[in-house]
Amino acid sequence: MHPLRKKRLTIILFLLAGVGVAVGLTTYALRQNINLFYDPSQIAAGEAPANVRIRAGGMVEQGSVVRAQQDLTVHFRVTDFASSVPVQYTGILPDLFAEGQGVVAVGRLNTEGTFVAEQVLAKHDENYMPPEVSDALKKAGVDNPYTESTVTQ
Amino acid sequence: MWTLFHKFGSPKWFFGIAGRLMPWLLALGLGLLVAGLVWGLAFAPKDYLQGNSYRIIFIHVPSAFLAQSVYLMMAVAAVVTLVWRMKLADLFVQAVAPVGAVLTFLALFTGAVWGKPTWGTWWIWDARLTSMLILLFLYFGAIVLGSAISDEKASARAVAVLILVGVVNIPIIKYSVEWWNTLHQPATFKLTEKPSMPPEMWVPLLLSVLGLYLWFGWLACYRMQTEILRRERRTRWVRELVRAEGH
Amino acid sequence: MAFDSLSAFLTMEGHGSYVWVCYCVFVLLLTALALWSRSRRHAVLREQRRLLELEESGTREQAPAAATFSRIHPS
Repeated sequence: MHPLRKKRLTIILFLLAGVGVAVGLTTYALRQNINLFYDPSQIAAGEAPANVRIRAGGMVEQGSVVRAQQDLTVHFRVTDFASSVPVQYTGILPDLFAEGQGVVAVGRLNTEGTFVAEQVLAKHDENYMPPEVSDALKKAGVDNPYTESTVTQ
Repeated sequence: MWTLFHKFGSPKWFFGIAGRLMPWLLALGLGLLVAGLVWGLAFAPKDYLQGNSYRIIFIHVPSAFLAQSVYLMMAVAAVVTLVWRMKLADLFVQAVAPVGAVLTFLALFTGAVWGKPTWGTWWIWDARLTSMLILLFLYFGAIVLGSAISDEKASARAVAVLILVGVVNIPIIKYSVEWWNTLHQPATFKLTEKPSMPPEMWVPLLLSVLGLYLWFGWLACYRMQTEILRRERRTRWVRELVRAEGH
Repeated sequence: MAFDSLSAFLTMEGHGSYVWVCYCVFVLLLTALALWSRSRRHAVLREQRRLLELEESGTREQAPAAATFSRIHPS
C-alpha cells in the first residue's frame, strides 16, 4: 500500500479507537441512567431511591395478582427470581399483562417498600410461536419454555 | 488485486455493471419481498401471546436490519473515500444516505405502532429506541452536511468523517438490549443461533429481509447511476449516453 | 390462510389498524423513494441534454446568424 494511504488509514483507525473509548467510558459512567429500570434485586438491596419517580421491571410472580373488587386497583409482585417487590397499580393494564409475563412499571417506591405504579408496560421476550404450539407445551407440563432464559434480560 | 480495485473505482465501468445487474436485483428483490410479506401477513400463524399484531415484525425487522446495514456500508465507503479518494465511494454515500434515513424512519415508525398494542406505549426512552433515533439523526446529518458544502471533495471528506464518528452507534444499537435493561426484547434472529421462532414464521421473515436487501441493491445502483450522470457530465462517454437517451 | 374470512383478515382480532397502517406506510414510502429517484434521474438527464445543446450551439457560433435562431428538435 502507498505510504500516504497507510498514514491516512492509521489516522482513521486512531479516530475510531478514540471515539470508541470516549463513548464507551461515557456510557459506562451513565449506565444507571441508560438502564431503563431497576430490577427487584437492586430495589431489595436499597439501590433505588424512595419517593422518586423510577421504573421497576421484572416478571409478574405466579399467583401474586390480586384484583380489587370495587375499582381497577391491582396488587402483584414483580420478581427476578432472586428478590421480589410488591406493586400497587390502579388503571387499565396492557393486553399482554399476565402472571409469568415481563412488566416495566413506572412509579415511586413508598416508605413501606411498596412500588406505587402510575403506568404499567408489558415487556415481552424475543420468542414467537403459534398458539397451538404454546398449548401443546402447556399440556406437556412446560409452563413457559422460555421463562428461565428471559428472566436475566 | 489492486488493478481490479481501481477498475471498480471507475464510474464508467460501474455504470455498465450496474445496468446489467439492476433488472435481476429488482425482479428478485420485489419477488422475495412480496412473497415474504404476503406470507407473513396472511399465511403465517399468529403468535400465542401477541396475536396478530406481531405481523408487523415482517416489515419492522427488515427495515431495522437494512437501516443498520446501509450505515455500515456507508462507513466502509467513508474509509475508502478518506484513504483512497475514490469517487465511487462518495457517490455511494450520497446516493444511499436518504434511503437509509427512510429505512430508519420506517423501523422507528413500525416499532412505535407495534409498541402501542403490545407494550402499552408508542415510545419509551430505552437504550434501543434512543440509539435508533440517534441513527436517524446521523443520516440527517450526513445528508445535510453533504449538501451544505458545495466543494465536492471537501463535502465528501466531511461527510466521511461524520459517518465514521457515528459508526460507534451501530454496536450500541445491536448490543443495547444485552448491555442494559430495556423494554425492547433481544434479537429473534441471530447469525450464530437458531431463531427463536418456528420456520413458518422465520422463513417469511428471512424472505422479506433478503427481498428488501436486493431491492435496496437495485435502488442504490439506480441512484448511483444518476449521480454518475450528473458528476461525470464532462466525460465523453456520458455525453454520448445523454445524446443517445435524448433520441 | 391464517384467517377464516376477508373481514377477519382485515380486522385481525382488533389489531388490524396497527398492522395495516404499518404495511401501507412501508409500501408507500418505498414507492415514493423509487418514484423520487426516477424523477431525479429524469431531471438530471434533462439538464444534461440542455447543457449539451447549449454547448453545441455555442461551438457553431461562427455559423450564419440565422442559425442561432433556429430551434433544435431532438426526436
